[in-house]
Amino acid sequence: MSDTEEDVIEGSDDEGEAMTASEVLKKLEEAWITERMSPTLECHQSELVDCMLDQINQMTENLKRCKKHDFRLAIHKMEIDRIRYVISSYLRVRLEKIERFSHYLLEKEANMTDETMAALSPHEVAYAKDYAANLESHFQTLVLQHVPENLRTFDSAKMSIKPNLDSYIFFKVKQETPGVLIEDDTGEGRDEELDLQEGSQHLMRYKPISHLLHSGAVTLI
Amino acid sequence: MLGEKALELIKELDRSKDGQLPTFNEDSIRMVLEEMTTLFEQNQRDVNATVAGDVRFFSGVHLRHAALERNKRCLLAYLYNRLERIKAMRWEFGSILPAEIRANICEPEVQWFSRYNKNLAAYMRSLGEGTGLDLTQDTKPPKNLYVEVRCLKDYGEFEIEEGDIVVLQKNTTHYLPMSHCQHLIRQGILEHVE
Repeated sequence: MSDTEEDVIEGSDDEGEAMTASEVLKKLEEAWITERMSPTLECHQSELVDCMLDQINQMTENLKRCKKHDFRLAIHKMEIDRIRYVISSYLRVRLEKIERFSHYLLEKEANMTDETMAALSPHEVAYAKDYAANLESHFQTLVLQHVPENLRTFDSAKMSIKPNLDSYIFFKVKQETPGVLIEDDTGEGRDEELDLQEGSQHLMRYKPISHLLHSGAVTLI
Repeated sequence: MLGEKALELIKELDRSKDGQLPTFNEDSIRMVLEEMTTLFEQNQRDVNATVAGDVRFFSGVHLRHAALERNKRCLLAYLYNRLERIKAMRWEFGSILPAEIRANICEPEVQWFSRYNKNLAAYMRSLGEGTGLDLTQDTKPPKNLYVEVRCLKDYGEFEIEEGDIVVLQKNTTHYLPMSHCQHLIRQGILEHVE
């Protein structure tokens, strides 16, 4: 990021947060890449999104005070456009997944015990609920109420789409993690233990490393 | 053959190109539903016979039940995949569907669409602690602040930032800020000149 970028941001960063705007952006970009690569929905980052949206609004305000033909104006505007693209692309990918896996995600949400592991933000929960209800009522009106009695239910466990947690992903190790257990799903007992070295890159099934992704020890590429 | 009509429905949808939507095939759906009712009645008869002690017909019950399940699945798949296409159009054309699409969808689909719209709008408004963000914008990574566009239809006056007004007439080209003319490009009023 350019130095001039920092000037605009610094004036507005008065919330006393531990992170600077560029760190927030970096985290958001990482979350964006992860979300695009992951087969399922990752934990929501609505704080980062809200913070960054607030930033670009303030940057836009600040730019209004600049002289119209200042050449820095174009650079800043470009930067704002870029950030806005990252945010909307990130949220679009999430929305797509929320729609596709709505039943699965809502069920997971209902059984969730740890608040910090929530995949959906409160707004996203509301969205998913309405989406699922809308879909079911559509099925109900057109087909389900006309079929024989014993087939009238919509069994979401059987009929809804679930993410494929066994799909393969590329990832890069950020923190050294020794002794990661990779279980053999074929049941032949060929479990493996793997030491993940910092900076190394791997291609592996999503499931065994999903907890490392949540803790931030690895990142998807 | 059992379930043939249902399969035809799916095939019909599959054959139409991506992004197109064939007319809602109410007749076929009704025929599948009728087939299901018949199968169900036959099954009930045979189940009653089985309960009464005659087990000769019981494998038929299994077969018909499988056909029923399959028909139900095909019908729901038909509905779901149509909704997926309608949804894709929401993101492409905005909340008002083009007339030729509207002619091909049925009333419950219209209702579904308007509820989907409402839900999406409510979600987008809630972003950024209530300031809102239109996710249907910025679909491509920005390369330039300004883009060269050609006008395909007469549009009239169009205000870009701070009171600058351009008149968009057919076959004129302009150099406009990307963020302002995206939706006009999507509506087919402007064309992006590479």
